[in-house]
Amino acid sequence: MTALLSMEEVSVHYPVKGGVLRRPTSWVKAVDEVTLSIAPGETLGLVGESGCGKSTLGRAVLGLRDLAKGRITFDGQELKNLSALDTRALRRDMQLIFQDPYASLDPHATIGATIRAGLDIHRIGSRAERAERVTETMRQVGLDPSLADRYPHEFSGGMRQRVVMARALVLRPRLVVCDEPTSALDVSIQSQILNLLKDLQDELGLTYLFISHNLAVVEHMADRVAVMYLGRIVEVAPRAALFAAPRHPYTQALMQAIPQPDPARRTPPPLTGDIPSPDDLPQGCRFRGRCPYAMARCAEAEPPLLGREHRAACWLVEEESTR
Amino acid sequence: MTLADPRELAAADLGTALDEVPAGPPRGGFRAALRRLWRHRSGKIGGGLVALIVFCAIFAPWLTPYDPLKLDMIDRLQPPSWSHWLGTDELGRDLLTRVIYGTRYMLLVSCVATAIGATGGILLGLLASAGGKWTDMAVMRIVDIMLAFPYILLLLAIIAILGPSLVTALVAVGVASMPGYARLVRGEALSVRESEYVEAMRVLGAGNWRITFGTVLPNIASPLVIYTSYTMPLAVLSAAALSFLGLGAQPPLPEWGAMLVQSRSFLRTASWVVAAPGFAIFFAILGLNLLGNALRDVLDPKART
Amino acid sequence: MSELLQVEGLKTHFQTESGLVRAVDGVDLSVNEGEVLGLVGESGSGKTITALSLIRLVSPPGKIVAGRVMFGGQDLLQASEREMVQLRGDRISMVFQQPKASLNPVRRVGAQIAELFIHHRGASRRAAMNQAVELLARVGIPAPERKALAYPHELSGGQAQRVMIAMALALKPRLLIADEPTTALDVTIQAQILDLLRELCRDTGTAMILVTHDLGVIAQTADRVSVMYAGQIVEERPVARLFDDPRHPYTRALLASMPVQGRVAPRLGAIPGSVPPPGRMPAACRFAPRCAVRAERNMTICTHEMPALYPVEGGVSRCWCDAPAEATT
Repeated sequence: MTALLSMEEVSVHYPVKGGVLRRPTSWVKAVDEVTLSIAPGETLGLVGESGCGKSTLGRAVLGLRDLAKGRITFDGQELKNLSALDTRALRRDMQLIFQDPYASLDPHATIGATIRAGLDIHRIGSRAERAERVTETMRQVGLDPSLADRYPHEFSGGMRQRVVMARALVLRPRLVVCDEPTSALDVSIQSQILNLLKDLQDELGLTYLFISHNLAVVEHMADRVAVMYLGRIVEVAPRAALFAAPRHPYTQALMQAIPQPDPARRTPPPLTGDIPSPDDLPQGCRFRGRCPYAMARCAEAEPPLLGREHRAACWLVEEESTR
Repeated sequence: MTLADPRELAAADLGTALDEVPAGPPRGGFRAALRRLWRHRSGKIGGGLVALIVFCAIFAPWLTPYDPLKLDMIDRLQPPSWSHWLGTDELGRDLLTRVIYGTRYMLLVSCVATAIGATGGILLGLLASAGGKWTDMAVMRIVDIMLAFPYILLLLAIIAILGPSLVTALVAVGVASMPGYARLVRGEALSVRESEYVEAMRVLGAGNWRITFGTVLPNIASPLVIYTSYTMPLAVLSAAALSFLGLGAQPPLPEWGAMLVQSRSFLRTASWVVAAPGFAIFFAILGLNLLGNALRDVLDPKART
Repeated sequence: MSELLQVEGLKTHFQTESGLVRAVDGVDLSVNEGEVLGLVGESGSGKTITALSLIRLVSPPGKIVAGRVMFGGQDLLQASEREMVQLRGDRISMVFQQPKASLNPVRRVGAQIAELFIHHRGASRRAAMNQAVELLARVGIPAPERKALAYPHELSGGQAQRVMIAMALALKPRLLIADEPTTALDVTIQAQILDLLRELCRDTGTAMILVTHDLGVIAQTADRVSVMYAGQIVEERPVARLFDDPRHPYTRALLASMPVQGRVAPRLGAIPGSVPPPGRMPAACRFAPRCAVRAERNMTICTHEMPALYPVEGGVSRCWCDAPAEATT
């Protein structure tokens, strides 16, 4: 199957500004040569801890960050080569659901106006048709259309997140980047939103890039999972394979670190040490400072993604396969 | 842990939140703010003073039997009495009448000058925030230069170019307040442009124009109202000062600054002549400032206690 | 095991523009010596206000209007402000969610820890500094002598939380109140911090109230659990019992709504609606409007009368389903 979205060696760098003149003194590789693809209708889960570059990658996919290297293709078109007009057209196909439903809604716009914005911008339909589409989309996300003239501050977090979803879906996009869509919400609300995201995917045939720090949530949502650590993909595999037998030591640790709601299984912390700062990476494998299996070879060279369908960036994978 | 009863799940699994509806009629932030303003103590006093000024300006001819300009050489320099509550000036004009008519000039000055300053400053500030690195640099250097001039010198320079009159004073005071607005607007606009809801507009494909006027401008309205409440009294005071220096409204217009300068030589012999316009200016500024403080409390959540 | 802290009928109300908010509405709690009590609830449940009320740190317009907080034979709600200042940081201490916001940004962390020894124990500057370095080493800060001279902004989030824990446990308090201590941290760091808290409390014999929204954290850390909903305790059980056999419908629904690793279901359990806003709190059972059990069994009492805390196996539950027969008639 051809990919709807593919990223080839995508890198995004941020300047580290220093000195009185605030000139860039060095660059942080927030995203470092990431290659991934997403098939139509698929959900790719992207997991990692804060600062690993997962949100930056999500923004880069939407063309909101300049690439230092690599290319991103959507439906066969390379993003960088598009004219301004085509970029605008592409906006209808790719949308973003934000993490924080408080910060991502304009406090001075009614939720109806917020949801309608996409239609206004792209001049879709007549006034009546736009109102019709807003009503329909509000129903789809479980919002009462009669609330269209309310302001965001009148709503709870879960309701606001539905507004954020409606705003993204009103343009009938094909790809939706979900950037931690439930981390700002309570568990009981989180499950409402996750269920809704699944329903909408079935109903509208959406493709998701689902970004989260929570492995349990990703396991629930994703068909395939990519694990990111300090700007790199360290493991990517079909969901079942990854959760049955994680290959990268970081993925293993991440799984073990999630506090399980089961007092009978109390686990000691799997990792010692802090996450290194992305502007000061160790030589070789970037996980080796915290890795319980670190070997001499890990300091020499950074492992590439090894394996076929279940790929992990760890020298142990190579040794297993040669043995 | 046990999974909950499947029926329980089904009941919980409606996937809708239709049951959750905000109470009461739809309310914007604006009406809530007005209500809070009414409850604010100094807001009530300031609002009352300003309302009184507006009332006087509108109904001036009905509030007094006298003509503010007509000379009456018989009743010159009368002290306050039943027929002339605040007395008369050196040309026999009723001072209360002139003070009442003066509210019209005061409102004209505060509204027009502020409108000029705010419009110009907002446009400059938005241009700087939205126009990219070089535009920003160019606009802000001009603003810096204007701010580097002493305020009164800037006013004098503008009047020197345009010649002294009431209209000139208005324009001068307005232009002189532009750089302050521009700087405020740029700062606020830049921080709003960083917000996620602006990013959301970009993701939807909104252009710079729509983002600037459709999203950024409404979201910087509160600090702008607060700032305006500070500049308005300053505009009134500046215009009065210019008139006092003979560079603004010219006698015999019943403008308070012009009234002051005209009567200042009678300060010792007939103090009421000076007191009337002096206290009028005082109460007008007090009213605007009290209202401004109240507005800040009401609109700026950070300053609220 | 003897009782260290006993809270009865605690009520903390907020007088706001839109009316009176009963953030904490009649909470009973107890903590035994050396025990970890988990206080779990979603946002708006009143769990943080409860924790702050215990040491009287509720800021206006919040006001403690009723209840007793017995600690060491004394009702803390009756104690003078001076006694409370003495008590806080010494016999009862706190760890907050945002460690960097709780540290003074312009003072070196070593000096901030040392200050505790100087103020509360009258230690000399030098001795206090040595103790501070020792503590930093104890909470797992690498190169503690060097880090003692660091400013808070030079620490990572995990390190800052370790420093906060060092400060909280410096004077070997009898009770530690930890309010979402790991919520701002990454999972791998969270696991370390929870382990550290558990271990240090065990070593010093300190009891802990762990306030969190995360049932996973509770399961991994607590001995006993109190579940809060809309300002009230709805269930209080030993941790194993709570997770094996949750009694209150809210606890059950909450557990069902958590995605659990290794157990992929097509759909998650969800609680419809959300916590009622303060002004529109149901007069009877506060969970009734969202309760699946009530809906299914068509129970009318739930919307007419407030249930009390009824004894269930190992603890109590605030549900009419658990009420003894005579109470419902």
